[in-house]
Amino acid sequence: MPKIISFILSLSIVLLLSCDDNNARVSHGKKHAIIIAGSTSVMPFIEKLSEHFMVDRPLFKINVQGGGSTAGIQACFNKTIEIGMSSRQLKQEEKVLKEIIICYDGISVVVHPKNPIRELTLKQIRDIFSGKIKNWKELGWIDRKIDAITREEGSGTRGSFEDLIMKNVEINDSIMVQDSNGSVKEIVATDPYAIAYISLGLVDNRVRALSIDGVAASLQNIKTKKYKIVRPFLFITNGTPNEFVQTFIDYVLSNDGQNIFKKEGLIGIK
Amino acid sequence: MTRMKFTKEHLVKYMLTLFALSSLLFLFLIFIFILYEGLPLFHKIGLKNIIFGFKWAPTKGSFGIFPMIVSSFLVTLGALFVGAPMGLSCAIYLSEYSGKKMKMFLKPALELLAGIPSVVYGFLGVIYIVPLIRNHFGGAGFSLLSTSIILGVMILPTIISISFDAITSVPKTYREGSFAMGATKWQTIYKVVIPSAKSGILASFILGMGRAIGETMAVIMVAGNALKIPMSILDPLRTLTSNIALELAYATGDHRQGLFSTGVVLLVIIMVLNYIANFGIKKKVIK
Amino acid sequence: MRIKPRLVDKIVRICLNFQAFFTVGILVVIVAVIFFKGAPHVNLGFIFSSPEDMGRHGGIFSTIIGTLLLVLLSIFLATPLGVGTAIYLTEYTKQSGFTKTIRFGVESLAGIPSILYGLFGFIFFVIKLKMGWSVLSGVLTITIMILPTIIRTSEEAIKAVPRNLRIVSYSLSATRWETVKKVVLPSAIPGILTGIMLSVGRAVSETAAVIFTMGSSLRLPTSLMDSSRTMAVHFYILAREGISMEKAYATALILVVSILLINVIAYYLMNKMISKYS
Repeated sequence: MPKIISFILSLSIVLLLSCDDNNARVSHGKKHAIIIAGSTSVMPFIEKLSEHFMVDRPLFKINVQGGGSTAGIQACFNKTIEIGMSSRQLKQEEKVLKEIIICYDGISVVVHPKNPIRELTLKQIRDIFSGKIKNWKELGWIDRKIDAITREEGSGTRGSFEDLIMKNVEINDSIMVQDSNGSVKEIVATDPYAIAYISLGLVDNRVRALSIDGVAASLQNIKTKKYKIVRPFLFITNGTPNEFVQTFIDYVLSNDGQNIFKKEGLIGIK
Repeated sequence: MTRMKFTKEHLVKYMLTLFALSSLLFLFLIFIFILYEGLPLFHKIGLKNIIFGFKWAPTKGSFGIFPMIVSSFLVTLGALFVGAPMGLSCAIYLSEYSGKKMKMFLKPALELLAGIPSVVYGFLGVIYIVPLIRNHFGGAGFSLLSTSIILGVMILPTIISISFDAITSVPKTYREGSFAMGATKWQTIYKVVIPSAKSGILASFILGMGRAIGETMAVIMVAGNALKIPMSILDPLRTLTSNIALELAYATGDHRQGLFSTGVVLLVIIMVLNYIANFGIKKKVIK
Repeated sequence: MRIKPRLVDKIVRICLNFQAFFTVGILVVIVAVIFFKGAPHVNLGFIFSSPEDMGRHGGIFSTIIGTLLLVLLSIFLATPLGVGTAIYLTEYTKQSGFTKTIRFGVESLAGIPSILYGLFGFIFFVIKLKMGWSVLSGVLTITIMILPTIIRTSEEAIKAVPRNLRIVSYSLSATRWETVKKVVLPSAIPGILTGIMLSVGRAVSETAAVIFTMGSSLRLPTSLMDSSRTMAVHFYILAREGISMEKAYATALILVVSILLINVIAYYLMNKMISKYS
């Protein structure tokens, strides 16, 4: 008997609570809940911004998670989330959604600090990732296979990398795949023979960013348009966002928000 | 009094039937959902093109999962290679050689080993095993070898406990008869006990295989996830399960169906493995 | 020249001894590494404060709550369903081709890789039923995931109760339900409990099925529709992204200690039940 009662109770609780629809979730109790998901490049910065945002606004509850740019865009289509994050331009069929540029970020090609190579040409990078160049000795280093790492297909960083560097040349199947900026960076930081591309804003002293065609990957060079491997970070919404979501978007676009971006090594919208 | 009992009985039977039907509904829901979403692509693209296709590029219409099927099998065999000898030896030791004190110490230890989350195994594999392989054997370290080692350790508890059950259920009389004929302990084990426990031991291997082929998180962390069939044990690879996990969040349309089709293939493999294992055990019981 | 069987025997004994200790050694090494690298960073603050700065600072409180919510609610739903199904299958139906197929189905579902539950849960609960990434999606998915285990272990436990007990009960004109409730179930409880504890352990360690249904929000979940992280998911993200090795080890330590506690509680409850009812 007790078992049956507990089952009926639990079933009814579940049914009652699942009666929440989107509106109820957004202002559950007195909290305004916003879910932001998508690009793993954008995520750490938005997480930081949301922490600052919520300090003075206890009624807001912002959940940030990754999944990749395409996942965020898809979740926007499905209305699973309020804001999607993307680190690449929207494709033609995705332009139905509303996009807001929140900042700019460079993509840097990184290697392990022990790697003596400091610069490569665009063509060399393309050949590495297309599988044409397989060994470091072809680039003037030791006789060792190149451990190249790419992001998964749905990644915005990969999409931008393919647009700006690969330019219609396919990334080879034999290249290792990881599904977030953080994990890619972690591998490059520990494997002396690795090479990969990550968000410039994530580069620190554990990896070294290569110069491409003689141009160093620095904020200065991006601002002076010398370093061209740059992509926008976008907020994506399905239709016009409601007032709570808009408040956060306004914060991100405000001076306070933009200053946080700049402090972290990104380029603000001008 | 009996009238009330009668209706209470009926109520209870009703509730239990409801419970049973609900459970079965949920269980078959997932089963049928995967089939419903996964089968259409087989019709659309062709069974041969998917299972024997060499290129997985779903955004461009290519749904070949053959390299991943091969990789899944390779890591499973590798895991068996690492885990089966160790596991069987442990099971033999536990049942034939260890005293009660040892047993009391080893059994909980095994259960704890079985309870450690797969992501912890994967993490330790990345921190310790991958660099070891990279520095001493070559390659990036993310490879068939590292995946086999990690999975081998992960399936140890399964192999040990099921083999242990199989070996201990061999009747005492078999052993005593063997000793009576002057055989040593090892001769008895080798020639009498193990052959009698053969189907149970094989079942443990097959269930271990089932566990290895279904593992996702640890594999994503140490396998490298490259789409090509590995040509050496130092090459990176991608299994069926890793592929689903890597692409699930953003796949739509045909691509999403392709992942469900991969799921169907996995389901079939697991069901076949389960059937063989159970069939093996049943055979032993009848004997 | 044949080697003396006695010698072979001795060598084999040493080898097997070695194998066994090697295997236990692996466990000891794993636990030791996690303990020594994680313990320095575990303190009350770690347990009771939530993650800050993507987990680089702060603790894991929100993830502990997430884990508790997920596991408790899933067990709450799955136990009555699973045990009830097991009772129905063993006590209330005749053994037939139908029940055999059902058993095979349950058996197979017990072996489904967790990523397939993630796939199903994500598409069905998160997207199609519009529950979004939420504790609810996670709970429903994990409930379905542990159901086969609970059904199977409960069935075995109930079947193991000797027939005589039932016969005696019926001969005393007890009804079927009375027999089940007062005779069969009490004897079967240790086995049923094992199944439940096994499922608790599985739910705590599960990552693939959880990350795609419950999401990975760092905030404290305040409603069933909130997204949340479990400790296992938090550990996975910390470890892969290299956010903080220290916090990763510390989280791993809490995870392993939790699993250990669950095992210990299971043993204790089982022994208590066995002594109470036999």
